[in-house]
Amino acid sequence: MLQINTVSITISNISKSYKKVNALTDISFEVKEGELFGLIGPDGAGKTTLFRILTTLLFADQGDATVAGYDVVKDYKQIRNSVGYMPGKFSLYQDMTVKENLNFFATIFGTTIEENYELIRDIYVQIEPFKKRRAGKLSGGMKQKLALCCALIHKPKVLFLDEPTTGVDPVSRKEFWEMLKRLQQKGITILVSTPYMDEAALCDRIAFIQEGKILEIDTPQAIVKHYPKPLYNVKANNMYALIQGLKAYEHHYSVYPFGEFVHYTDKRTDFDSSDLNAFLESQGLKDITIEPTAPTIEDTFMELAK
Amino acid sequence: MKRFIGFIKKEFYHIFRDKRSLFILFGMPIAQILLFGFAITNEINNVDIAVLDHSKDVTTQEIINKISASKYFTIETFIEREADIEAVFKKGKIKAVLNFEKDFGQHLITDGFATVQIITDATDPNTANTISNYTNAILQNYQQEMNKNVKLAYQIVPQTRMVYNPELKGVFMFVPGVMTIILMLVSAMMTSISISREKELGTMEILLVSPLKPLQVIIGKVVPYIFLSIINATVIVVMSIFIFRVPVNGSLFLLALESILFIITSLSLGILISTASATQQTAMMISLMGLMLPTILLSGFIFPITSMPLPLQVISNIIPAKWFIIILKGIMLKGVGISFLWKETLVLLGMTLFLIGLSAKKYKIRLE
Amino acid sequence: MTNELVIQAENLTKTFGSFTAVDAISFSVRKGEIFGFLGANGAGKTTAMKMLIGISTPSAGKATVAGFDVSSEAEKIKKNIGYMSQKFALYDDLTVKQNITFFGGIYGLSRAQIKLKTAELVEELDLKEVVNQLVGALPLGWKQKISFSVSLLHNPKIVFLDEPTGGVDPITRRQFWEMIYKAANNGTTVFVTTHYMDEAEYCDRVSIMVNGKIEALDSPKNLKTQFGVENMNDVFLKLARG
Repeated sequence: MLQINTVSITISNISKSYKKVNALTDISFEVKEGELFGLIGPDGAGKTTLFRILTTLLFADQGDATVAGYDVVKDYKQIRNSVGYMPGKFSLYQDMTVKENLNFFATIFGTTIEENYELIRDIYVQIEPFKKRRAGKLSGGMKQKLALCCALIHKPKVLFLDEPTTGVDPVSRKEFWEMLKRLQQKGITILVSTPYMDEAALCDRIAFIQEGKILEIDTPQAIVKHYPKPLYNVKANNMYALIQGLKAYEHHYSVYPFGEFVHYTDKRTDFDSSDLNAFLESQGLKDITIEPTAPTIEDTFMELAK
Repeated sequence: MKRFIGFIKKEFYHIFRDKRSLFILFGMPIAQILLFGFAITNEINNVDIAVLDHSKDVTTQEIINKISASKYFTIETFIEREADIEAVFKKGKIKAVLNFEKDFGQHLITDGFATVQIITDATDPNTANTISNYTNAILQNYQQEMNKNVKLAYQIVPQTRMVYNPELKGVFMFVPGVMTIILMLVSAMMTSISISREKELGTMEILLVSPLKPLQVIIGKVVPYIFLSIINATVIVVMSIFIFRVPVNGSLFLLALESILFIITSLSLGILISTASATQQTAMMISLMGLMLPTILLSGFIFPITSMPLPLQVISNIIPAKWFIIILKGIMLKGVGISFLWKETLVLLGMTLFLIGLSAKKYKIRLE
Repeated sequence: MTNELVIQAENLTKTFGSFTAVDAISFSVRKGEIFGFLGANGAGKTTAMKMLIGISTPSAGKATVAGFDVSSEAEKIKKNIGYMSQKFALYDDLTVKQNITFFGGIYGLSRAQIKLKTAELVEELDLKEVVNQLVGALPLGWKQKISFSVSLLHNPKIVFLDEPTGGVDPITRRQFWEMIYKAANNGTTVFVTTHYMDEAEYCDRVSIMVNGKIEALDSPKNLKTQFGVENMNDVFLKLARG
């Protein structure tokens, strides 16, 4: 992989509050040029507020930020020329066709579809069969692709994507991430936010954000190493009784349902699964299995957010 | 410039693809002018009246013939006794009763005057008033004709003459009002709705994060509506002239200039409303409650300003429509030029500059 | 889990003009089961669910919910089911207590019952601090937990959840699923429609709808084995891409 060290986005000590609520508290991090950086956190964590500060739509109460070398307050005009932004809500003109939308955004950025066609070709060919259809009549995945084309049409240096895959079906989500990977190859810095932990693994680096605070920043591979304890998959015949049983076990540290399993950690360093097994059996559970498992990004997030 | 034209093109897509706004834009002016022109007027037509003739002589017969010949009245019935008057009113169809005194013709010749009582149903005071005015006019007209033959040297005949609108045509008064309302509606409401729609859909965010200057966005939003308002104003004037025969006595050029001034006033109001509303619905509510109602009620369009209580008269001064209606009536009905209307024009111009300044100041280049 | 069937659909079909939104689907759900009803947007899952909760009449086929026919006994069905959707859950401008009282009233609970239920919920969800606050001021996670509890106020046989946990933080989401497990353990059947595949992993069985048809129906574990993949997301990808 290409090694690039130039910084594309810097955020230092940014804070922002609305009335009484602190939306962002002392946020600092950097995004390198050409990086695919994920901002991972639930609704209301402050992701959209941070995006709006970086895209010059909001003032921070405190702190500084630069995008592509420009200050978000002083040089807002230059930033508006050099970034692409896809807000969380589908923000295109529903009453205009695919082609008209794209043409419009090309025009207001002072360019044409032909000029930067190379950049959007991969994506555009997928929606081209529908170019005469009004944007409001497209499926969720198609809308997402069109919005991405519109955000890319002026060849931005930095792309801001605020929850681009919310409400989109898994197939379109997968295709969308594949497109982001290809864009990254073309040297565009991408800051993307998502509430889905499984998408975090697709980023170069991720920042966990919750209640306006950054919990951790690292690569997806490294971030799971921050998980402090051995983790176990526990399974039994009755899910509800199993959760209650594990919570009743005096040595439990954390108990979280995780699909068909329960993810369990123990307070002790010398955890013995047979003791837990016996305890659960005494609670009337059957078919118990306890196996070590590797922590996921989601486990790490929960541990840090605790 | 290319950006700007692209933007305006987009605005026209929106306008022509939204059936509802298209209807408001082009259906409303026509519907309103027809509605006010034909239905809602304070003219009277074929009002049913009853006659109680105690005299039954040639003079009363002539007067009765004259009244029934006019298109304003239809003589529905003749009654014989005073006691029947209340009975006919109670049936509700009769709006007025003419009560000629006994020996009416005799009195007129010997004493020089005679009495006829006009009793009107004042449950609708406006109509009652008009009926009594019209009957008076007919009676005086008759008196005049009679006196011509008699050749009296000094005969003073009281005479009321309606100026500027001698036939009391309601539609003449309504055309300036309707034009004002339509321009206000199209310019202020549609602009504010169209700007707040961008906010509601989230597209404003993208427009702001683009090299388009905020001023370009605003001007791009208003240009199509200036264009459409001018078309509307033209349609209204043409319809008034050809369907209702409303005269345009003054200069058409001045009329056009003043209309454009008022369109700009309304547009700046529209922008101002949009800065205060985050959704189309709010914009619509503010436009209707904050603009349309005061414009209809306080501009002198329906209710004469002179008959309002003093506080409302004072308030009416800050309604731009009031000034524009004065200007329109001046040009269309009185046929006067700028030398008579410079004061009103100046007031309107001042308001416009103030509103433009205010909305430019309040317009945000960021969210929040 | 017993073998009593609380939802039975046989060739359930809904057409709009020439378009078949739901194409002869057949499935059954057992009492106390957590049943995931998955599909992409437009696959027909909302239309199918509308028929099951008695607000849309099937064009063909039949279905019974809680023992009642969806075409002829819709009103009886409504008394026996609970419903919660992410879009509409509670009134933001009422307090938590007012919401509980209101919804309790709608489902015909007596005053004494409402009082008892409110006390239970306050205890169970630890609502003491917020019970008199406006719902609009609460975090999303709280709202969803309360609204789930409200949908269970009248002890329905089946509760329908429409994309219940989208956007919630992972810890709150798990608390939510614990509540679902508890309800299922008490014999309430839980019918979850969603297009978030990680939600599917929590269900006992899931069906996946593609273009109006149910293309797969089994436990998440069996489906993963059947398609030879690691997670439900990949199961879905394989099905949808054909």
